[in-house]
Order: sequence, then C-alpha cells, then structure tokens
Amino acid sequence: MTQTNTIRVLVAKPGLDGHDRGAKVIARALRDAGMEVIYTGLRQTPEQIVEAAIQEDVDAIGLSILSGAHNFLFPKVVELLKKEGADDILVIGGGVIPDEDIPGLKEAGIAEIFTPGTPTSRIVEFIKENVKH
Amino acid sequence: MDLIQSVLNGEKRGIAKMITLIEKNAPEAIEALKQIYQHTGKAAIIGITGPPGSGKSSLVNQLTKKIRSEDKKVGIIAIDPTSPFTGGALLGDRIRMQELALDQGVFIRSMGSRGALGGLSRASYDAAKVLDAAGMDYVIIETVGVGQSEIDIVKLADIVALVLIPGMGDEVQAIKAGVMEIGDVFVVNKADKDGANRVVTEIEMMLDLNTEKDAARPPVIKTIATTGEGIDELNEHIKKYWHQIANSNELAKRRKERIRSELISITEDHILNQILSDKSSKIDSMVKDIYEKKIDPYSAMELLIAPEK
Repeated sequence: MTQTNTIRVLVAKPGLDGHDRGAKVIARALRDAGMEVIYTGLRQTPEQIVEAAIQEDVDAIGLSILSGAHNFLFPKVVELLKKEGADDILVIGGGVIPDEDIPGLKEAGIAEIFTPGTPTSRIVEFIKENVKH
Repeated sequence: MDLIQSVLNGEKRGIAKMITLIEKNAPEAIEALKQIYQHTGKAAIIGITGPPGSGKSSLVNQLTKKIRSEDKKVGIIAIDPTSPFTGGALLGDRIRMQELALDQGVFIRSMGSRGALGGLSRASYDAAKVLDAAGMDYVIIETVGVGQSEIDIVKLADIVALVLIPGMGDEVQAIKAGVMEIGDVFVVNKADKDGANRVVTEIEMMLDLNTEKDAARPPVIKTIATTGEGIDELNEHIKKYWHQIANSNELAKRRKERIRSELISITEDHILNQILSDKSSKIDSMVKDIYEKKIDPYSAMELLIAPEK
C-alpha cells in the first residue's frame, strides 16, 4: 500500500490576547499547501499546547502571539516539549515581535520567527524544508 | 516491540505514534495492529454524527466531562473534512474541547477524512482499536458534518447518537432514508432555539412509523451543549443502551457484522493494491486494447485477476 506523508501542524495561540485573525490566515495557507492543520483556539497555556501536540503527533507547532509575552511563553513551550521527549517537533513563531527579541528566541529553540508582512508562502516553504519525517 | 507495550500501557506518546503509522499506511502499522488485536473489544464505541454546525464537538466535550466524573477513561477521534483539491485540512474540533486538554484520562486525536466519503476516515477504524487496546473505557468518534447519506459510522460504532438542530427543514426530511435510520439515540441540540419541540415531534412521528416490533425505540433527548443541559440524560440513555445491547446478543451481532465488512474491505484493498502494483503496465496495454475494441472490459478484468501461469 502506498505510504502518505501528510505534514501535520498545530497552530496555537498562547497567552491572553484575543486576536486570531493572523493565526487563521496562517492555518488557511497551510491547509491550502496540503497540510493538516490542528487549530486549538484562543488563550492556550504552554501546557495545553504541548499536550495537544503530543496527542496529535504533529510535525510542527506554529505559535502566534500579539500580547508581548512571547519572551516567556515561546521558550516555555520548547522547554516543556524537551521535558516530554518531544523536542523533535519543529517550533516556529509569529506575531508582533520586536527585532531585538528574535536572537534570544532562536537561542531558546524557536526555529524561526515570522513577523508581520511575511508572505505565507515563505512559512510554507520553511515548514516543508525543516520538519523531520 | 516497545511501541506495542507503550500502547498497552496507555502511554499517550505510544498511542499517538501508532495512530500516525496507521494514518501513513506504514507497513509497521499492520504488524502492530496484529499484536494489539487481542486487547481490543473492551471499550464502548460511541459515534456522534449530525450536520455541520449542529454542536457535535461541544456535545462530545460535555459528554466526556460527564463520563470523566464517573472516573472512566475516554479516547476521542474527531474527524473533519480533507480538501479534495489540495489534500490539506483544517481540524478545528479541539476548539470546543479545550477543557479536556490537560485531563490525563482523555486522549483526543483529530483526523482529516483523507478522501473517505462516508463521514469517517480510513484510519479511524484502526485508530479506534488503538484507543480501545490502550485501556479507554469509552471511544467517542465524532464524524465529519454529514448530509443525508454518510452512514459509515454504523460500521464502526456500537452506539450511534444522531445530533439534529431546529430549522433544518420540514417533516418530510425526517422520513427520508439515510442518516435518519441510523440513530440509536436522537439528540436535538440547541434546544433553546425556536422550533426545537417541533423537531422532537417530527422525530417521534417518524419513530412511530417504524414497523420493526422487537427493535428498541430510540430515545429523543433535548440538549443545550453550551450549557450542559440535557447531558445527564444523554449519558444515562447511552449507558442504559450499552447495558441493553451488551447483555443481549445485539452487541455481538453488530460487532460480527462489522468484522465481516472489515474483513471484506481489507481483502479488497489488498487484492486491488497487489494487482495495481504488479500489473500496472498490463493495465496500460489493456486500456489501449479496450479502447480499440480488441477486447471488452469484462474479459480484460478476467485476464487481470487470473493467476499467472
């Protein structure tokens, strides 16, 4: 029987801001690129995100945040994934993130940060090139 | 194999990885399924089906909370449609199940329908076995939002709850064939909306017309999934129905029918795949011959399945 390798991505909104237009645009773009996107809704804790990622066995997690709490919440997700032995999952982030915060976030294990204005095709390419299958 | 042991221990990573193998059609999946089969059959498999937007995910959320209060473990498979054009899918059933996300007695897996048309996905049948073998007391399958004829859930579930809402059409809808025939329990959700009582009456009238005398009459339950109203009653009816079929030969009868259809379907798949992979060049030349009327399609088929000499 032929094997299929559909990429599965969890799109999650950690923290307390209620703006998920961006997350929905990304979810739609990934869907149109042939991926299965699991969208979990607003106001997720890092614990909820990691638990969902493990049960859904996703290849990547896309975190979207506009509240300014990225320096705390993004690294926390990576840390919890490590603790669960699931750090093979690619973590990327997006939202309103100042340039000076990006090096620190990458050092904390976020593979890439996409700020406003990034074409969705770049995000699709990045995921396709970097997920471990 | 540690994957098997991990599934049997109910470890979520093992369960998740095995379901992925099944979804990928990996050869290891079949070997693993052979090994867990002995451990399946204990869970009650509940199917939740109904039109898009009828509140299936919210009902699954509430029902699961209720079952958890009785300290039973729940595995959930939630299926959403896959795009026939791109193969992508947006799986959004978890949005309504956020309260369950950190409950260690609940495992939720979202699946794309991946080309299957009956409201389920191909992998959902085997994924249900994984959750069953992992020690779940209940496995709840939430189908794709269905129209009138997607009834594959009866091939997978022991109990089917059909969710309807007010405002979907007149009483003729209720006597049409298809999904209206598969409910073991009817749920009228969004019961605070106008017209809910009319939907209940229409379902009751349809049930009055059933002529099968010894079949149990399905209950019709009003719920409001957002507030949890009616969920106690739904849970009680599901439990009652489960005991009733488990203590008669009805459950065994249903499961044997399911096994028969599964055996036929996997045999079909296997033979078809074998022919397609072994004889693809032969098929190409046959297409040409059929087009040129050198042979007819039925004779070509007989040649195709004849054992090689």
